[in-house]
Amino acid sequence: MDFNDTPEEAEFRSEARAFLEKHLEPKGAQPLRQRVSGEEFMKRAKEWQAVKAKGGYAKITWPKEMGGRGGTAMQQVIWGQEEAKFDSPGGPFTIGLGMCIPTVIAFGSDEHKKRYVQKALMGEEIWCQLFSEPSAGSDVAGLKTRAVKDGDEWVINGQKVWTSGAHYSDYGILLVRTDPKAAKHKGLTMFIVDMKQQGVEARPIHQASGGREFNEVYFTDVRIPDSDRLGEVGQGWKVAIVTLMNERLAVGGSPGPDWAEIMNYAKDAGTISDAAFRDNLADWYVAAQGYKLTKLRTQTALSKGQTPGPENSIGKIITANQLQDICNSAIEMQDHYGLMTGDEMPADGLFQQSFMWAPGLRIAGGTDEILKNIIAERVLGLPQDVRVDKDIPFDELKSG
Amino acid sequence: MNFDFSDDQKFLGNEARKFLDGECTTQHVREVLNDDDKSHHEGVWQKVKEMGWLGTAIPEEHGGLGLGALELCVLAEEMGRALAPVPFASTVYFFAEGMMLAGSDAQKGAVLPGVASGDVIGCYAASEGPGNPDPAKLSVSFDGSKLSGTKIPVTDGDIATHAIVLAKEGSGASLVLVDLNGAGVSRKPVKTLEPTRSHAEITFDGAAGERLGAAGEGGDLHDAIMNRAAVLLAFEQLGGATRCLEMATDYAKERYAFGRPIGGNQAIKHKLADMYVKNEVARSNCYYGAWALSTDAVELPEAAAAARLAASEAYWYASKENIQTHGGMGFTWEVDCHLFYRRAKLLAVQAGAPKVWKEKLVRALELKNAA
Repeated sequence: MDFNDTPEEAEFRSEARAFLEKHLEPKGAQPLRQRVSGEEFMKRAKEWQAVKAKGGYAKITWPKEMGGRGGTAMQQVIWGQEEAKFDSPGGPFTIGLGMCIPTVIAFGSDEHKKRYVQKALMGEEIWCQLFSEPSAGSDVAGLKTRAVKDGDEWVINGQKVWTSGAHYSDYGILLVRTDPKAAKHKGLTMFIVDMKQQGVEARPIHQASGGREFNEVYFTDVRIPDSDRLGEVGQGWKVAIVTLMNERLAVGGSPGPDWAEIMNYAKDAGTISDAAFRDNLADWYVAAQGYKLTKLRTQTALSKGQTPGPENSIGKIITANQLQDICNSAIEMQDHYGLMTGDEMPADGLFQQSFMWAPGLRIAGGTDEILKNIIAERVLGLPQDVRVDKDIPFDELKSG
Repeated sequence: MNFDFSDDQKFLGNEARKFLDGECTTQHVREVLNDDDKSHHEGVWQKVKEMGWLGTAIPEEHGGLGLGALELCVLAEEMGRALAPVPFASTVYFFAEGMMLAGSDAQKGAVLPGVASGDVIGCYAASEGPGNPDPAKLSVSFDGSKLSGTKIPVTDGDIATHAIVLAKEGSGASLVLVDLNGAGVSRKPVKTLEPTRSHAEITFDGAAGERLGAAGEGGDLHDAIMNRAAVLLAFEQLGGATRCLEMATDYAKERYAFGRPIGGNQAIKHKLADMYVKNEVARSNCYYGAWALSTDAVELPEAAAAARLAASEAYWYASKENIQTHGGMGFTWEVDCHLFYRRAKLLAVQAGAPKVWKEKLVRALELKNAA
């Protein structure tokens, strides 16, 4: 038992670090809160993505003929660890390269692959994922956006929601209902959609946190050629499963104050001797450490070339709830004063900011409840929930 | 990155599980539970001796196998899983670990071969009454050669041949090795929540003892022994918690109510998913504790505390919600759920309750933070 790299891993890590040092500033070299305009950030992000792709670091596990490195999952982990130490303008490409393009590779034609993969890798085109709808969140197969065949084209009408990056995306993968007479999961089909075309309108959602990071996307008589279909008609759910499996690999940790931050704050505030606080602090440390170490168990499996067990599924349940708890505690520790927001507050106001962000984190990428269902059904093998909508034509289902 | 046990260590664990599945069933555990005169299961104890497990981490020069702490951790998980009704934890995690940490070469040579062969049953006597024993306020005292006072309760104190006793000496505390079959020692069994592990009140009336380590060093040595025992107990707790989740999951699949298995209800699913999350948090913290123990890392205090806290919480939750999942059946004497509920409580308080370890953990984090 040790925490060291194998000689091959150490060699890859030093190569990766040398590459990063050549192209990026270490984290913390620039002031943290430096405001960068969206456009300027996007320009930097695209430039860095191209540099990464040319260096063979954009998609380490992909085969070389796809523009990847033909490397191991462990190398991908090492790259992620090293890149996180630098001021890397990441973000806009995560969903495209993590979820959309793998779906295009799995189900697209040779023309699709030629047309889209390289441009996405180089950061020239950005992708988004269009699954969730106002009446289809946890039960995403209940989506209603319609596609109707018209000659060699499909005509799309409907609304998607919680689409990250829709306003700056060039393309998306779009899951729609092609047969409302079929049962819920059986009437779906997946398409590639050009986000810049007539009839696609992205509007920012005003979130409960006050921010506008996500979008709703309206489709009004949007036309998609049948050649841009991914998978067979009616097989969209199968295609979506592949996308969502990739999502679970792409989801990382959650940003925000942790046990160390609230401990530092309590020390400054002189409340660290409070017995109830110390009790909570111990719990937060144990759970956070538990997840951090669980990731090391997963990495061990990857390092040995094995398939990791399901233990990593505990991650978001722990981190999202803990973030909410820690922020709540820090605010209450400040009493009435803790209500105030802004950069000049203790810890730069991060406790208050994350307090309003945490509820979203408990929902995004699978609610606590859905994640627990997944553990219960797929890890423990408990029976599925009763599906009252099974085998009933979709257009006869109740919805609301 | 190699944050896992080796193939050999896993093999040892698998073999131990197979062995205990046959030789230490809950029927064996019940033979002790249902008989007030039985302190432990002699048949199981004999077999554990024959397997050589008592000497796992004892150096070969003292008659042991000379394996490491990692091998002992693997065995501890299996002993916990099997609810082994034998004085293994007292003898190995507390007594032998304590002797190896604090004993002189002569002292080690005098008792460790006996531990490895099974002739010595050890115990650790710290508690004197309600609350975690405070080395600054002990009533049992040592004058350099003789012990006086009462320790209660002492796990396996009724059947042990030797004890390590935390005692007051002058203005400080010392650790004292005592032969419990000598003069000036009287003991009587006490009843506890966990009858499958025996407990005693031990009264010393001028009993001969010899100091382990230096006079006044007892508090620090006690802490160091607790750190080591905490990791090993955490593996026992992990084994028990894992088995509770298996029992609850199996039952939830088989038990029908309202026309379908109760495990199809989200209230049960989420309960068992919570159990799974706590067990995985415990497993990862236990592995880190094992690493710290086996390498004598400076991180041992916080690693041991986190392992103990995570495993205590996991076993508590799993053992109580296992009963709940079994419903009325789970509250009968015949169904095994209560055996785990009982053992979980013993293991959670035996080396200091979670409250004590939370404070130890936060102090360790403060020290680290200040450094």
